[in-house]
Amino acid sequence: MSTASVPLPNWITYGLMPFLNLVVAFLISGVVVWFIGESPLDAVTLLLQGALGNGEGIGFTLYYATNFIFTGLSVAVAYHAGLFNIGSEGQAYVGGLGAALASLALDHYVPWYVTMPFAVAGAAIFGATWALIPAWLQAKRGSHIVITTIMFNFIGAAMMVYLLVHVLIVPGKMAPETRVFLEGGQLPKLDWLIAMFGGKLGPAPFNVSFLIALFMCVVVWVLIWRTKLGYEIRTLGASPTAAIYAGIPYVKTVIITMLISGGLAGMMALNPVLGASARLQVEFVGGAGFVGIAVSLMGRSHPLGIVLAAILFGVLYQGGDALSFDMPKITRDMIVVIQGLVILFAGALEYLFRPAIVRVWQRFGKA
Amino acid sequence: MENLDLISILGSTIRLSIPLIFTALAGLFTERAGVFDIGLEGKMLFSAFAAAVAAFMTGSPWLGLLAGITVSVLISLIHGFASITNRGNQIVSGVAINFLASGLTAVLGQAWFSQGGRTPPLAASARFTEIVFPYAAELRDTGFLGRFYANIISGHNILTYLAFLAVPASWWVLYRTRFGLRLRAVGENPGAVDTAGISVTFLRYRATICAGILCGFAGTYLSIAQSAGFVKDMSAGKGYIALAALIFAKWRPVPVMLACLLFGFLDAFANFMQGKSVPGIGEVPVQIFQALPYVLTCVLLAGFIGVARPPKAGGVPYVKER
Repeated sequence: MSTASVPLPNWITYGLMPFLNLVVAFLISGVVVWFIGESPLDAVTLLLQGALGNGEGIGFTLYYATNFIFTGLSVAVAYHAGLFNIGSEGQAYVGGLGAALASLALDHYVPWYVTMPFAVAGAAIFGATWALIPAWLQAKRGSHIVITTIMFNFIGAAMMVYLLVHVLIVPGKMAPETRVFLEGGQLPKLDWLIAMFGGKLGPAPFNVSFLIALFMCVVVWVLIWRTKLGYEIRTLGASPTAAIYAGIPYVKTVIITMLISGGLAGMMALNPVLGASARLQVEFVGGAGFVGIAVSLMGRSHPLGIVLAAILFGVLYQGGDALSFDMPKITRDMIVVIQGLVILFAGALEYLFRPAIVRVWQRFGKA
Repeated sequence: MENLDLISILGSTIRLSIPLIFTALAGLFTERAGVFDIGLEGKMLFSAFAAAVAAFMTGSPWLGLLAGITVSVLISLIHGFASITNRGNQIVSGVAINFLASGLTAVLGQAWFSQGGRTPPLAASARFTEIVFPYAAELRDTGFLGRFYANIISGHNILTYLAFLAVPASWWVLYRTRFGLRLRAVGENPGAVDTAGISVTFLRYRATICAGILCGFAGTYLSIAQSAGFVKDMSAGKGYIALAALIFAKWRPVPVMLACLLFGFLDAFANFMQGKSVPGIGEVPVQIFQALPYVLTCVLLAGFIGVARPPKAGGVPYVKER
């Protein structure tokens, strides 16, 4: 009999195993750093100092984390229904269009707190729309959602470049981006929050989107674990046949889940578009949709875990930036390597240590 | 549209299709065996890097090809270890490989050569260069057929011809050998294969190794045949287009080649159309051609052009006992 079906206590499944996987991922990252001739220990020190050493670093760290919370939640909601939404990247990109249109329309007339709900709705609706066709294809035609969402990432990227280059560009300018939003179309920075802990935010773009992200974490928790729809989503994820047998409408649940997932991904656009650069730019998502996959996996699709994992990746992003200044041999691409290793070990190889742990547990733990 | 140069468009269609053909055939092997392979892109990138580094160090394109294939097979084995032995999520494993490829090639490239993630430019002797067939130069100016011979039949590198050989070879392996029969069976009903006393695990590993070899050719083509060195992220989504072509071809070898040629043609045509205007319509945005392969594949998946039915056991790890 294999070790696969031996039950283990929760603290091992949700605590020890992810921790071990993470340790291995970081150890291998350290080997890569050592291999290219730098000291892994110095690298870690520089990375942590850059990410958490002062108010500005923390501001950047939390700014990146905000992106990853949104995309992590997006991936997680779909994952609960057994759907693998690999298209958060494209949904966030298109969501940026909705957010930007709201700002462009309103920023002349109203203050930011009036624009905000429209921008949130715009981002969510546009993001959800981009998930609709893949969801429909999955629910009605049985085409695999992974494939269709990948396709829609590329279609979305082509569409957004077209719109920015030909439609939304400021006449006479070269850069493919919209005009800069006025103050009424921007989300204010959270410098007071950092100041409360005695830090100085400086130029870091840490903004109100972070609070929206935390609010959405609560919303997602309530949705998944405290509503009828959430129960249906989880049942569908656990066993589609049982869900259908129990009378849960398959097509409707798949489509609604994907709309929520796409909407959450779209809302990620608020942070860079309204909060940081105050305009819509080409490629502003920058891979955050894919990081969301890692975040969701590491956070075990639970909002609390997602926040922690998002902050970890925020530290990696901001710390990696600082690191590449101080150690020119280690470029920003090192972060991509670490991400890849984290996804590999925390995701695809999540059961790597399970047989060994089961053996140890059976020997010593139970007695 | 003044002087629509069909011959030169077709020539560049072939050049742009080759990496797609190798990669889509690679995906054909793994997916027909029931292993999803999102990591095609990453394997292509890894092998492009390895081939360029080896060709630069040794000066031999053949050693470059060997290095490209070796690295690509190793990455395939990681994918196999995660998704076959560890029964992990195959899509997650593929995503991880793509991240690793994009990051590690850039980091190592920068650390070794300090040229912004590039490898140093290769000399002509370290590359696969064009093979000119007999009389190509003489026939070039003798009308349409002569130009067709000179520009489309002749004048490609050896990997191009190998790609077109790989198509019937893959067909033969998949449909005319015992290994191919079992490989296709394991993608449809691994339980039945297991009951017949054949190892599902070993079969699937062999399928991923086949894919690794083919991806190795694709990456090598990119870095030391089409270009003269590795450039950061040079696979640029080709792995995903190949995946789309694989689905568009409904997981069959000869249609895979045709789909790749179609998508290659769209790419070549987009390059040709850049900056030109069509009478009555004006300039056609290049983004339309970039999105078209994916749009076509989605339309196919929606069931408007026949039905694309994937291998039944695709993406599901096989559990022998519970």
